[in-house]
Amino acid sequence: MSAPVAKLPAWVEVGLIPLLNVTVAFLVSGLVVLFIGENPLQAVKILVWGALGFGEGIGFTLFYTTNFIFTGLAVAVAFHAGLFNIGGEGQAYLGGLGTALAAMALDRYVPWYVTLPFAICGAALFGAAWALIPAYLQARRGSHIVITTIMFNFIAASLMVWLLVDHLSPPGSMQPETRTFAAGGALPKLGGLFEMFGADMGAAPANISIVVALAACLFVWVFIWRTRLGYEIRATGLNPTAAVYAGISTVKITIIAMLVSGALAGLMALNPVMGDQQRLQIDFVQGAGFVGIAVALMGRAHPVGIVLAAFLFGMLYQGGAELAFDMPAISRDMIVVIQALVILFAGALEHMFRPGIARAFALMSSPQRARMLDGGEAG
Amino acid sequence: MDLTAAVLVLDSAVRLATPLLLACLAGLYSERSGIFDIGLEGKMLAGAFAAGAVAYWTGSAWLGLLAAIGAAIALALVHGFASITQRGNQIVSGVAINFLAAGLTALLGQAWFSQGGRTPQLSGDARFSSLTLPGAEALRDVPVLGPIYYELISGHNLIVYIAFLMVPLTWWVLFQTRFGLRLRAVGENPAAVDTAGISVPFLRYRAVLICGVLTGVAGAYLAIAQSAGFIVNMTAGKGFIALAALIFAKWRPWPAMGACLLFGFLDAVAIRLQGAYVPFIGEVPVQFMQALPYVLTVVLLAGFIGRAVPPKAGGVPYVKER
Repeated sequence: MSAPVAKLPAWVEVGLIPLLNVTVAFLVSGLVVLFIGENPLQAVKILVWGALGFGEGIGFTLFYTTNFIFTGLAVAVAFHAGLFNIGGEGQAYLGGLGTALAAMALDRYVPWYVTLPFAICGAALFGAAWALIPAYLQARRGSHIVITTIMFNFIAASLMVWLLVDHLSPPGSMQPETRTFAAGGALPKLGGLFEMFGADMGAAPANISIVVALAACLFVWVFIWRTRLGYEIRATGLNPTAAVYAGISTVKITIIAMLVSGALAGLMALNPVMGDQQRLQIDFVQGAGFVGIAVALMGRAHPVGIVLAAFLFGMLYQGGAELAFDMPAISRDMIVVIQALVILFAGALEHMFRPGIARAFALMSSPQRARMLDGGEAG
Repeated sequence: MDLTAAVLVLDSAVRLATPLLLACLAGLYSERSGIFDIGLEGKMLAGAFAAGAVAYWTGSAWLGLLAAIGAAIALALVHGFASITQRGNQIVSGVAINFLAAGLTALLGQAWFSQGGRTPQLSGDARFSSLTLPGAEALRDVPVLGPIYYELISGHNLIVYIAFLMVPLTWWVLFQTRFGLRLRAVGENPAAVDTAGISVPFLRYRAVLICGVLTGVAGAYLAIAQSAGFIVNMTAGKGFIALAALIFAKWRPWPAMGACLLFGFLDAVAIRLQGAYVPFIGEVPVQFMQALPYVLTVVLLAGFIGRAVPPKAGGVPYVKER
C-alpha cells in the first residue's frame, strides 16, 4: 500500500476522514435526487420524519437497525482477519433455517424465552456452517473467499427455495413458507417499552432481538480487543506474514474468523423470522447481508461505529419507505444508491481525501514541513 | 430426445450463453490486466437500462447499443479510478458498482417511465431482430443438416454473432498482438512492464475500458435483442455466472466460450426439465440445475478438477517505486 504522506492525529484518522467520506456519499446522493427533479432538502426532511417522527416509524427503524447490526458485525469480524465475507446474505438465509427448525421443534411446548436460546444456537450454527466451506477452501486450498462466498449466496438461494417449496411448506399449502409458529416461537415486541414513554409502536415489528444484537456487539468488542484469539485475528489481518512468524496459524485464524462471522450473519434471522413473521419465508433476508458491507465500512469495523451506521441505515430503510410514499418519483431504490455510494466513498475511495488533508495539516503546523512534503511527493 | 428437440435446446443454449460470453470476455480483459472485476453484473445492468431507455426514446436499436456502451464505460471508469488511480480495494469498488447500477436503474426507471422500473415495450427498429443467414430457407428441409443450419446457426440477432466472433478476436488480441502481450504481462508482473518504460495505469485503463464496452453490449443484448425492454434486475446474477465461467475457463478465451456454452446449456436444460423425470435419477429439482454452475465453480476453485490460478498481480494495486 502507499504510505500515508504524513502521520495524522488520531481524531483525523478515525473521525474527520470517515466523516468526510460519508458526507461526500450523501452529497452525491443529494445530486441524484436533484437530477430526478425533486428537492433534496425536502427529501431529507420527509425521510427523517418518516424514520423518527412517530412511534411506528421508530419501531420500524429499530427493526431494520437490528438486522444491520448483525450483518455489519459479521462483515467487520471478517475484515479484522483481512477477509472479505460477501456471503452474509447466504449465511443469514441459512441462519433462518436454523432458527425455524428450533422454533418449530419447541414452539408448542415451551414459552418463547426457552425457545430463544435454542433458536440463537440454531441460527448461529447454521450460519457458521455455511461460512465453513468457503473458509476451509480459502485457508487450505487458497480459493478466493470473495468468489466462493458469492457462489455460496446463490447456492443458498437455490437450496432454500428447494427446501421451502418441496419439504418445509405444510402439506396442502402452495405457499413456499413454513407453518406459522405458535406463541412459543414468537419473540415479544417492544410495544410495551414504547408505551412507557407514551409512544405507540403500532404495527411495527421491533422486538427483543435488538437486545441480542447489542449483546453481540459487546461480544465482538470483547472478542476482538480483549481476547488472545481476537489479538491473533487482528494481527493476521494487519500483516499475515508477521503473524505467521509470531507463531499464529493463519489456517486456524481464517476458519475461526469466518465461523464467527457466519454465526453473526446467521443470528440476523432471529429478527425477521421469530420477531416479525413467525415463519420462514422465501428471500426474507432482502439484501440485509449486503447492507452489512456498507455498515461495516462506515462504522470502521468497530461495534460502536456499527451500531451508529446500522441505525443510520435503519433510518434510511424506514424513512425511504415514507419518502417513496410522499415523493413517488423517488422509489425505495434510492436507499440502494445511497448504500452503493457509501461503499464507494467510505470503502474503495477511502484514501481519496487523505493527501489533501495531510497537506492542509502540514501547512497549518509548519510551512517548512509543507515544502518538504511537496518536494517529497514530486520526487 | 429426438433431433428437433435437441436442436431447440442447443438453440436456446446459444441464446442464453451470449450475454454470459460477452461479460466473460469483458472480465477476461480486465482480470488479465490485473484488475479484479466483480462489477460485471452492475455494468451489464446499467447497459441494459441505458439501451432500453434510449431505444425507446429514439426508436433506434443502434443508438440504444451506443448508450449501453456509454453507460457501462462510465461505471468502468469509476472502477478504474478507484482501483488504478486511487489504489482502492477492487472488490469493494466492484460491490459498490453492482449496487449503484441496481439502485440507479430501478430508481431512474421508475422516475422516468412510472412502470415499476421497467422501460416501455419496444418493437420494430428499436430492437435487434433475428437475421436469416443466406441459404437457410433453401436448406431448411434437408434432413439433419437443415434443422441444424436453420435453427441453430441461422436465425439469431446480430449481437449473438458479434459475441461469438469476439472469441477468436480476443484470442488474437491477447496472444498475437503487442498490446495483448503487454496486457498479460501487466497482470502478472506490473513492475517488469513499468521497467520496460510502459505505463501501467494507461494499459490497465484500456483493459477496463474494453471491459466496459463488452459489458455494455451484453446489457444491450438483454434489453433490446433478447427481450423487448428493460426489466428491474434483469441481469439476475448473469454477471456472476460469467465470473464463474471466467474462472472455469482459467482466464482463456476459447475455454471461456466452452464454459459459457456449458452454463447456457445447463440453463436451457433446466427450463425444459422443470418437473421432468430423468432415467435412473428420478426427478431433478430445477433448483439443483440452477445452482450447478456455482457448485462447479466452487469445486474447480478448490482445485479438485484442475487448478484455476488467477493472474498473479490481480487485485493488487500497483505502486511505482519511489
